[in-house]
Amino acid sequence: MNQKISIRMSGLGGQGVVTAAHILGSAATRDGKDSTVNPFFGAEKRLAPAESYVRISDKTIHERGEILFPDIIMIFHPHVITLGKCYTMPFFEGLQKEGIIIVNSDEPLPLQKDDLTKLAELSARLFYIPATQLAIDLGGTDLSTNMSMLGGLLGVTKIVSRDALEESLAERFGGGQFVASGTTAALDDALKGKYTKVAQLIEKNMEVVDQASKFVTEYKLLI
Amino acid sequence: MMIQQQVVDAEYLLLQAERKMAFITGSEAVAEAIKRANVDMAIAYPITPQSESMHLIGDLYAQGYLKDYYRGENEFAVMAGIHGASLGGGRVFTATSGPGTLRAMEMFPVWAGSRQPVVCAFMCRGISLPPSIQPENIEMSMLLDTGMLMFHAETAQDFFDMILKAYIIAEQTEVHLPVGVFADGFLVTHTRDQVKLPPENFKLPAYTPESAPVPVFDMETPPMRITRDPLLNKSNYISYAANASWHQEILAAADRARKHIDHYLGGLLEVVDPDAKIFIAASGTAVSQSREALKLIEKKGVKAGLIKIKSIRPFPKDELVKITEHAELIVVPEFNAGGWLAREIKSVIDNNSRVIAGPRVFGGMTLPPELIAKEIMQRLRGGSEYVE
Repeated sequence: MNQKISIRMSGLGGQGVVTAAHILGSAATRDGKDSTVNPFFGAEKRLAPAESYVRISDKTIHERGEILFPDIIMIFHPHVITLGKCYTMPFFEGLQKEGIIIVNSDEPLPLQKDDLTKLAELSARLFYIPATQLAIDLGGTDLSTNMSMLGGLLGVTKIVSRDALEESLAERFGGGQFVASGTTAALDDALKGKYTKVAQLIEKNMEVVDQASKFVTEYKLLI
Repeated sequence: MMIQQQVVDAEYLLLQAERKMAFITGSEAVAEAIKRANVDMAIAYPITPQSESMHLIGDLYAQGYLKDYYRGENEFAVMAGIHGASLGGGRVFTATSGPGTLRAMEMFPVWAGSRQPVVCAFMCRGISLPPSIQPENIEMSMLLDTGMLMFHAETAQDFFDMILKAYIIAEQTEVHLPVGVFADGFLVTHTRDQVKLPPENFKLPAYTPESAPVPVFDMETPPMRITRDPLLNKSNYISYAANASWHQEILAAADRARKHIDHYLGGLLEVVDPDAKIFIAASGTAVSQSREALKLIEKKGVKAGLIKIKSIRPFPKDELVKITEHAELIVVPEFNAGGWLAREIKSVIDNNSRVIAGPRVFGGMTLPPELIAKEIMQRLRGGSEYVE
């Protein structure tokens, strides 16, 4: 894998794709790395395509904007693939050799044979994780889907440390002066309302992360 | 209840104070700048991708960093309201984006025409050409001759520094012009990046309206007395000459800003590898993409330099002529369809067929470093295909 890791997160508005990216990037800087994070979305609406991009490196990163050549692709919702709700077609366009794909789905999706062949030729690794179900079961809300996706990521590659991730999560929901938009603020309130204390929110979400890291399963790609 | 901060010397705050690293978005960097700028008043009207920053400045008002803040009826009203506050001797701030910029257009030359040191941030986005909320900086080309100084930020760090420093540059008696600080929307505003910040309990000295080259409006100097008769009505030779010389004075004031931009921003432009024969010349986030493109072509054995243009108005004419004297190829990547930066560069240097106006992206597309590298390699090989 490259020295600079580029992660493309594709999902639907309201799933926390942007928040997950900010938490991950913040964790990377806590680990002493350089990181830039930026989102891409249209006018805010739930279930519309939303993407975010995280670059992590030991060296200074200048590049910004969409990640066209990702090392890791995280798909937060099956509709990104099945309904084409993303900014690239096919969803893995630009994936680098030996790249990683993590898909939130309870079971393997019926991918095109051609696509599976292309992924195998790239020596890509494809993982599935029932991220929304885990979020509901463990976190008590589907709003934690983004946290189980981050857990899935940690289950596949130790791109950031668990401690740094926990600190970033605490920063995001503990201090909490900045939110990306009014709708994000409403979702934040909804999420905080699920828990009696912010400390409980962080604890529960880290439990989601820890458990989710164990629930990623690799789908064997055959040439 | 105003928050207590320590007023420190501008030189110290802008250039010397010890800084700490923060991992923040460009929008947050704007608020951090305003927090330290001793701003009296801000007026907001929301538009993507500017909304977060002016929302955060509303929070600053609630915390006691500003004396006044309100939401205007629309962008025109905001820019007019800001103008009034500035005429009355206040230090002011506002921000807008794309269609908001165009809606408020009439007010920008008014700011310069009345010599007010308004600082306004522009989070550039597509205008309705066709409709887009995505990053694009075509609006900058429409402001080139409004009389305002124009700085273009590459990163959240630039955005922070340029806004804070803009006040001190704008308020020099010999300058006293509005400053627009521009950043590419989303690519700076919504991007989280490392930014070095001086302590938040420090702030700039207050604006002293008496240092202005024009009278401050108050009950004894009502607006009509100085704005209307001499300038507006071509009623006699003196009023005609006053208007014409006032025009020239605005241009001269922008010229006099050069030394202050040199001092505070470290130059109107920055150069990587000044002896190069091939250059990428860019402003804003196209500079960041170009830095990565340099690495790509270096892997193929091609060395090139980079010219980062920070000040668009005044434009670094002499600097560009000197740096490109021996250059054979100058590639100008841009985040807009019109190619205004290439046009500006072509207008000031000799033998301008050396300037390649592109690659350009628009409509919300990203500007891949690979595309810039490809443009350079193709030109070097006389148009032959670039092989990845």
